[in-house]
Amino acid sequence: MNPSRKRTVRLVVALSVAVVLASALIYTSFSAASPALTPSQLLRQAQPGRSYQLTGTVVDGSVRREGDVLDFSVADRTGGKAIALAYTGIVPDPFREGREVIVTVEKQGGRFVGERNSLITKCPSKYKTAPPSENQNS
Amino acid sequence: MAGLGFACLLLALVVCAYGIGASLYGVRSGRVEFSESGRRSVYALAGVLTVAFVVLEVAFLGNDFAFNTVADTSSRTTPALYRAAAVWSSQEGSLLLWAWLLSLWSSLALFLTRKRMRDVAAYATAILLGFGGFFVALMVFYANPFATTHPVPAEGVGLDPLLRFPTMMIHPPMLYSGYTLCTIPLAFGMGALLARRVDADWIKAIRRFAFAAWLFLGVGIMLGALWSYSELGWGGYWGWDAVENASLMPWLTGTAFLHSLMIQEKRGMLKVWNVSLVLATGTLAIMGTFLVRSGILDSIHAFGGHTLGVPFVCLIAVLIAGSIYLVVSRRAMLRSEHRLDSLLSRESVFIANNLVLVGLCFVIFWGTYFPLISEALTGQEASVGAPWFDRYTVPLALILVLLSGIGPVIAWRRATLANARRNFRVPIACALLALVVLLAAGIDSKPLALVMFCCAAFVFGSIGQEFFRGARARRAMAGESVPLALVALVRRNRRRYGGYIVHIGMAVLFIGVAASSSFQHSSQLSLSPGQSTRVGAFRIRYVRPTATITPRYDAAHTGSTLSLGALLDVTKNGHHVATLDPSEGFYASDEASQGSVGSLLGGQPVSHVAMDVGLTRNVWSAIEPDIKAPRLARIVTDGNSTLPPEEALVAIAYLAREYIKHPPPTQFNFLVSPLVMWIWIGGVIVFTGGLIALWPAPSVVRRRVAARTRARASRGLARA
Repeated sequence: MNPSRKRTVRLVVALSVAVVLASALIYTSFSAASPALTPSQLLRQAQPGRSYQLTGTVVDGSVRREGDVLDFSVADRTGGKAIALAYTGIVPDPFREGREVIVTVEKQGGRFVGERNSLITKCPSKYKTAPPSENQNS
Repeated sequence: MAGLGFACLLLALVVCAYGIGASLYGVRSGRVEFSESGRRSVYALAGVLTVAFVVLEVAFLGNDFAFNTVADTSSRTTPALYRAAAVWSSQEGSLLLWAWLLSLWSSLALFLTRKRMRDVAAYATAILLGFGGFFVALMVFYANPFATTHPVPAEGVGLDPLLRFPTMMIHPPMLYSGYTLCTIPLAFGMGALLARRVDADWIKAIRRFAFAAWLFLGVGIMLGALWSYSELGWGGYWGWDAVENASLMPWLTGTAFLHSLMIQEKRGMLKVWNVSLVLATGTLAIMGTFLVRSGILDSIHAFGGHTLGVPFVCLIAVLIAGSIYLVVSRRAMLRSEHRLDSLLSRESVFIANNLVLVGLCFVIFWGTYFPLISEALTGQEASVGAPWFDRYTVPLALILVLLSGIGPVIAWRRATLANARRNFRVPIACALLALVVLLAAGIDSKPLALVMFCCAAFVFGSIGQEFFRGARARRAMAGESVPLALVALVRRNRRRYGGYIVHIGMAVLFIGVAASSSFQHSSQLSLSPGQSTRVGAFRIRYVRPTATITPRYDAAHTGSTLSLGALLDVTKNGHHVATLDPSEGFYASDEASQGSVGSLLGGQPVSHVAMDVGLTRNVWSAIEPDIKAPRLARIVTDGNSTLPPEEALVAIAYLAREYIKHPPPTQFNFLVSPLVMWIWIGGVIVFTGGLIALWPAPSVVRRRVAARTRARASRGLARA
């Protein structure tokens, strides 16, 4: 084989390997991903044994701790139906009633169980928005 | 003062516009005085933004709550050191920090290249001022750090207590320095393509800046990991969070570039690849800033608002389109001067290392932006978790560590069998020795961790051999003693041996990562005083509750109203190991609706982690006291209804006493992680090696000093 032919072969082999690896990566990302849903969406389409990323607001007065299990309900940002779930594991510092959270959940039997250590609290809006102020000038 | 600050921003915008025009006109028309003037406007930008930054800093230190940003992110109860750092905790302040650092680093880069590559530098000036102008315009039109409020609030909201932690003060400037430094190679790379001067000059000019960007970004990432481990109540140092990933991506492509540029310097190969890496690194740095500042992806870092998405997307689109156009249209000039001689050579190991690093970057990119990708393709937002990242990153990291041991000892151009045998005997022996020792010690439950330890041993063997050979050669030539020979060796070849030290540091770091993630024991449970639990080889006993009421100045000097904690006794085989005192701080909030007592505790609670640090293992503990326990909750509600705000502290004191007298069962989080210390030690070694490699070589310094002396002497002669 002459050198330039050899180089072409090498390039083709390398590129095909890269393409195969990239498609494996892309394929697994779709099969391993958990869809992000709001509580009302989840209530409509939850299938047992599949995990979902639940995004919503912690309902006021719903947080209760029983031993190692933290029970709380999550509702849509706009209110409406809430999902009660049992969660174990690490609770981030900013977690509180009324805060927006993301938690990976799975339907087990008739109830929702949070995946261990999957709770993420979005930073409180207090640190995001400016206080109401008139006469903004620069 | 706010007026002065905003005037500075407007002036900065004018300076940017003028500088871009002047340098482009200068380089197009060949009138050097205009490109000179363009360069000087970068210095002017640095001056103007320094004034703006000082104005904001003074407002923060002086509690000037007329400034919206001060009222939102600082307060009188925020300790002074954290007030100074609160400047960059807001969207507006961090944009100012970005622009300011960009102007400083750009000034340095353009000052150092003022006598060389005039045309490339002129384009680079215009591009850097373009970035500067973009960020200044964001501040002027979207997020003005100097916006004010009337009437002036009496007190501010306070700095988010989570950020009241020493490393958090330096983490953002380090990370932003890294990001802004990434744009300098990008500007010079684009400049070289625009000016059609793609020889090795521009690479030489920005090599140090690419390295500095890599170093600062690395320090920023490490400090973020340290903060996460020792401040957040989950005990992890890396969570594949979108913002963490955003800072890792340019670091990976930057690492790739630092290796492949050596091939271009030595062999004139990989020109397209190198310039693409530089452009990608700069673009990824801008995308990182965009991720943090736009809040487009869910992240625990969602400090930013949602207003800056559109301008950033436009900037990134322009960058990508411009990069592709430039590389494609200049491809004829970027031909390699040589071909790869053999697959067994240092060149091909470097190319393999580049492919692995870029592959790693692609994996992380795909995973990070997957929510957006899946929403665009399937209409359903979905995200991938840590297990998905680990599946790809762990094997790639293993290959990377192995290559970092092969690269330094394999020959350039073509490695022969004899040469390979001579160079790889010791490293392979080290790896096998590590394997035997670890298996004999019974560490065989986690094969991937075992492979990582062996790869690290391979690196120690190969780098150790390089140091040994170098020192032996010096001893033979100069007859120096061993330590002296080693020091002289590193001093004479800073870049090479600094790089080797970085490799050792990375191997140490990866040993720490592998050990702590594979052999960690964790326990989360509820304990009452007197009860104990077993975590790994340790027994942890909850001795008694603790409480401190130190409004303004608590034990950790972070300004919490009340902190509730526990005293823990850690023993191993009946022997005392350590006493730990984790606590949780409760902070005042500005929401009056929570009542006089409730608002003193209503802010964000923050864990104060306690750990026993050791070279072989860390015992880590965090506590989550139940402040909503019925007895404690009653004190708050009773206090709210009976106590006026000025007497509310009485209820806090009562609450603290009640907590100590009748402690409710409390939730604890314990971790015993082996070799976590190695991660931070590895980081320090990498940093040291990086500094050694970055330091100007002695010969250059000497030449400069000699030149200056000669100049002075000739001036003296002329005068005489």
